Amino acid sequence: MNNFAFQTAASAKQATGAFRDDKQAAYLAGGTTLLDLMKLNVLQPSQLVDINSLPYRGITETPDGLRIGAMERMSDVGENALVMQQYPAISESLLLAASPQLRNMASIGGNLLQRTRCGYFRDTAFPCNKRQPGSGCPAINGENRNHAILGTSDQCIATYPGDLAVALIALDAVLHLESAKGKARRVPLLDFYLTPGNTPQRETTLEPGELITAVTVPAAEHARKSKYLKVRDRASYAFALVSAAVGLDVQGGTIRSARVALGSVGTKPWRAQAAEQLLVGKAATEANFRAAAALALQGARPHKHNAFKVELAQNTLVRALQDVAG
Amino acid sequence: MSSEPKFFEQPAGGVVGKPMDRVDGRAKVTGAARYSAEFALPGLTYAVLVTSAMANAKVSLDTTQAEKAPGVLAVYTHLNIPPLAVLPNSPDKPKGWSPPMKYMPLSNNEVQYANQPIAVVIADALERAQHAATLVKVSYQAAEPIASFEDPKAKLFDPQAIQDGKTAGHTVRGNPKEALAQSAVQHKATYTHAINHHNPLEPAATTAFWEGNRLTVYDATQGITRTQTSLAATFGLAREQVRVITQYLGGGFGCKGSCWPHTVLAAQVARGVGRPVKLVLTRPQMFTSVGHREDQTQTLQVGATKEGKLTALIHEKTSTTSPWDNYAESNSKIIGMLYACPNFEASYQLARANVMPSTFMRAPGEAPGSFAIESSLDDIAYQLGIDPIEIRLRNYAEKDSNDGKAWSSKSLKECYARGAELFGWSKRNPKPGQTRDGRYLVGMGMATASYPVHSSQGTARVRLFADGRAVVQSGATDLGTGTYTVMTQTSADVLGLPPDRIRFELGDTTLPTAPNSGGSVAAGTVSSSIFVAAQDVWRKVKELARADSKSPLYRAKMDDIIVEGGTLMLKKDRSKAEPFAAILERARLTDIESTGMGRYGAGFEGDDKTTDQNSQPKTYSMHSFGAHFCEVRVDPELGTVRVTRWVGVHGAGRILNAKTARSQMIGGAIFGIGAALMEATERDQNFARYVNADLAGYHVPVQADIPDMTIEFVDEKDPYINAMGVKGIGELGMVGVAAAVANAVYHATGKRIRSLPITPDKLLGTAATV
Repeated sequence: MNNFAFQTAASAKQATGAFRDDKQAAYLAGGTTLLDLMKLNVLQPSQLVDINSLPYRGITETPDGLRIGAMERMSDVGENALVMQQYPAISESLLLAASPQLRNMASIGGNLLQRTRCGYFRDTAFPCNKRQPGSGCPAINGENRNHAILGTSDQCIATYPGDLAVALIALDAVLHLESAKGKARRVPLLDFYLTPGNTPQRETTLEPGELITAVTVPAAEHARKSKYLKVRDRASYAFALVSAAVGLDVQGGTIRSARVALGSVGTKPWRAQAAEQLLVGKAATEANFRAAAALALQGARPHKHNAFKVELAQNTLVRALQDVAG
Repeated sequence: MSSEPKFFEQPAGGVVGKPMDRVDGRAKVTGAARYSAEFALPGLTYAVLVTSAMANAKVSLDTTQAEKAPGVLAVYTHLNIPPLAVLPNSPDKPKGWSPPMKYMPLSNNEVQYANQPIAVVIADALERAQHAATLVKVSYQAAEPIASFEDPKAKLFDPQAIQDGKTAGHTVRGNPKEALAQSAVQHKATYTHAINHHNPLEPAATTAFWEGNRLTVYDATQGITRTQTSLAATFGLAREQVRVITQYLGGGFGCKGSCWPHTVLAAQVARGVGRPVKLVLTRPQMFTSVGHREDQTQTLQVGATKEGKLTALIHEKTSTTSPWDNYAESNSKIIGMLYACPNFEASYQLARANVMPSTFMRAPGEAPGSFAIESSLDDIAYQLGIDPIEIRLRNYAEKDSNDGKAWSSKSLKECYARGAELFGWSKRNPKPGQTRDGRYLVGMGMATASYPVHSSQGTARVRLFADGRAVVQSGATDLGTGTYTVMTQTSADVLGLPPDRIRFELGDTTLPTAPNSGGSVAAGTVSSSIFVAAQDVWRKVKELARADSKSPLYRAKMDDIIVEGGTLMLKKDRSKAEPFAAILERARLTDIESTGMGRYGAGFEGDDKTTDQNSQPKTYSMHSFGAHFCEVRVDPELGTVRVTRWVGVHGAGRILNAKTARSQMIGGAIFGIGAALMEATERDQNFARYVNADLAGYHVPVQADIPDMTIEFVDEKDPYINAMGVKGIGELGMVGVAAAVANAVYHATGKRIRSLPITPDKLLGTAATV
């Protein structure tokens, strides 16, 4: 680990101010990803700005839906009664993630910025285009069982590994951001994450110094009837091999609205809108779920060790849809 | 000579075998127990290893910046590290040098495996050493590495012998090829096993300091004597100049069973800086510093009659070894002994790769070997329509086929019967893929467990005080399995004292020498050493009494005196009795002590040897046996496997503590379930470097993976093993576990998985087939 400066921000202004002259600064919330990667020398920020005292708190019901302060902890949101009852996929995605200790530390804003678990990215002895642009991607011809099959490029096939973002992106969540200049803006989560393309080092549209202040999720019947299903190598405390977040509004056997997203198969949390469109107006049957799942995986590009994800992702989607259809 | 018992008989009210709580439990949960990284010596400094990014290279290092970093005392590379007296890679390798590595990092500018240490930074604080380590500049002159036996560049060779020459590389019994060709049933299958790492909770750690020419190390080792011997050899010291202390160990599973380079490096740099040095390996470094279970493939050909009786077994194993040694787990031993089979052949092939040596890992050889034989036998049982237990009984070995010897004891039939009863085996639908529970396919499988009793000997000292207390010592180690506790129980019973009057000490080379705690030998060796030492203490007390005119036992014959609960008495007239304390008091002795040597295993049957038909002392094959029963629920669409029930029944001689033994058998089963379902270290085939070297990427089972387990031992009295009749249980619980799981998965799905671990990707498509 390298030496770094440390300050505690008492206000958003003070926090964002740190970035004015220092592009290498980093915000510290729960620290569960940042400190880990600093110890591995993957991240070497010049200074850490502790934002834990910023007032981005609260899990509240608004006229439009749900509002979660960015500094809320994963465990508090996951166990919140409103979230559990009205947005079960969000609660499930949080409670199936990490371990209780990590969930008690990690913030919602920080969780959305979770970095990939690609072993090549995490070990500085390897080349990695994401960590060191232009150095190469050993995963493409390497150990890529955990890697992405959607949204990849010939520069990077690293998976977005998180859970919460998959549920949020399915349910049309919107991020509330505040820039270094004090300007607020809203970005649908769908537009927030980037595929690697030729710039795998850029993972989101977040500007340097910009803060996530809150996440809002619109209320909807498909949110109330939503589910997060996670398949992994062990029963708990593991990243997903494949996950699915789905929501269905079924009236009289006919699907009125559908939400479908996949985790750990894409280079970003993967919303499958074509699959949703296929489902709307159709009967909630296994055949239709299968067709939607096939469409969701269309264009998948597997590598040597991760071809199984194509089938597993479809099965996971079908299972999740069956479960919410009841 | 005397009537001293040769074999331990439990006294009335004795505590051996009872589920006594751990005597060190309080020290551990309160933090009072100190592990090897927890000795805050005055002037302590901290070492951090700089390791190689490349797996095959020559390095040149620039340490200028690192040396200038705050708090740094020294930066050592191959150019300036204090030299060893003898290098392990020199032809005149020192006697007593027992590490598994024939190569010492920092002895030259070469790198032979990824993450090999290439420099050591010592600073006055850990964080300062860590920071300075990042400032060491390394230039590599790299060559393409060989990653494994599967690498196209790798050259396979016949090693002639494996395991440092201890095991033959090729074994033949009977005429296996011909027998196989003539067999009604011919079965051939290939099994693969992922790289596994031991991953004990406590990482390797060494705290070393010198006083002149005397070296002391607190080292996380399963064998203080082996570490002492190795350090003495490399530094050109006498053994007595090296002291090794290991009071507590947070697991080992074999990876702490040898003296590895980091321990030597810690002692080297401590000599260089002239201060105590602490070196704790990071979790990623644990994957490249203390060995692993090697990547391997086994092909097993089985011949059998239509009745399922084995006629031939031909086993071939191919695996990866390091650039210097010929290590391979000896998988074939269990394949050759587990069942009666007249024709058997085993051979090994190795390929050198740029990896650090593999080493013994819990049930080395027996674990992967049993996966092969127990899976193949299961296959044949289904093929012939024979119950999996029945086919094992039809092939029941009445003697050890490997050496033709009779068993010293074997309770396997009882284990099958009791396990089947506890599990409800008879209720199982014999057809695979037929049992459903909602969306899950339910499967039940079983497998045999066995582990040999390795010969061993050790010593213990018993010091009995006139006030009714005793200190018992042996230079053993406690891996966390309960050695402190079971030796306290043993000491209590052999001395006739309550256990709270016993203090048992271990883990210091100043104590009587004991063997490595490995190969399941510790419990049997140390407990029988204590038994022998205690007998000698009583002999001395008897001598005192016989010579003491004030004693009721004055002039009694040795053979006529017995000891019960610390009281000496005449066998024929128990009214002539006296507590030992009175005898010592009159003799003006505050205490009396003896050292005893306990011997254990085949060849050490002792005076109780019977003779064979040629009047030669009869020797025995010594093994423990058991049976695992496993139920799984497989989700056929998602490929997930959950173990939902587990029954293990074992016969392992005398059980010293019902509670710690049960824990150890549960631990063995969990260890095996890990290997069966999830444990795999992935080595990049281009870089010969691991890509998941941490506990997030390398999955070991968590609570949610493990059901409540039923574990039982059958009563087994074995007078040949040792004075205590203890076989040892460290490895037994793991052997056969992977096969029991795979057999249950087959029964659930009709799909045979021969490649460990059985992860969801391997079971996809199952839904369509059932």
